[in-house]
Amino acid sequence: MAELQTKVARPLSPHLQIFRPLMTMVMSIVHRITGSALYVGTAFFAWYLVAAASGPEAFATASWFFGSIIGQLILFGYTWAWIHHALGGIRHFIWDTGHGYGVEARNWLAKATLVGSVSITILIWIVALIVR
Amino acid sequence: MARFSSMRTPLAKVRGLGSAREGTEHFWRQRLTAVSNLFLTTFFVGLVLALQTGTYADVLATLGNPLVAILLIGMMISVSIHMRIGMQVIIEDYVHEEGWKVVALGANTFFTAFIAIASVFALLKIAFGA
Repeated sequence: MAELQTKVARPLSPHLQIFRPLMTMVMSIVHRITGSALYVGTAFFAWYLVAAASGPEAFATASWFFGSIIGQLILFGYTWAWIHHALGGIRHFIWDTGHGYGVEARNWLAKATLVGSVSITILIWIVALIVR
Repeated sequence: MARFSSMRTPLAKVRGLGSAREGTEHFWRQRLTAVSNLFLTTFFVGLVLALQTGTYADVLATLGNPLVAILLIGMMISVSIHMRIGMQVIIEDYVHEEGWKVVALGANTFFTAFIAIASVFALLKIAFGA
């Protein structure tokens, strides 16, 4: 009787896809996604700086890219990801102080982060277009 | 008596670091860099808005300004540390196969270090006269 029955259908703890998406849960996932996007995007900024340090030709290439439609779309998305991640970070600071854990408070914070990130992004781009 | 059931000294308990003598560094460092990132990246976005119509000479002059260079170098170091910790948490959460996890964690360090070194070098080169 040394052989163990290994293929018993044991209950498993349910993973993400089994749960109804909640506001706070989605925001947590978005915080990670925006963080990852910002992570990859720093390569563009490093490229820009190295191009500026390399000389006028490299700088012109980088400037052309960021001025192109694809470049502008990336910058727009990056602006939103940055604001969203920053506001999400402020939300985490509030939680770190022990506040904002109630159902109403955390849902309000989640909505405020979303509304805030979209409106601030649009505001920044309006300023960008005016200054231009 | 329950009071004496723990082998830990009161000092070890209050430090709460366990036998590995660490554990809160990641949490704390992520919060500290989050604070500095908040201020430094806000400055950076303002700078981008101001520089978007600038010529190459304008950009070099602005990036070469000591105060701007100091803030941007600080930003890149702070951002890189924050990125490395954040991505490490994501990798540890989702990559369970030991070999791939080691590879991913190594690549994370290399990438974030590369971004920091490249940016800081470029900023210093501009500041010292590209």
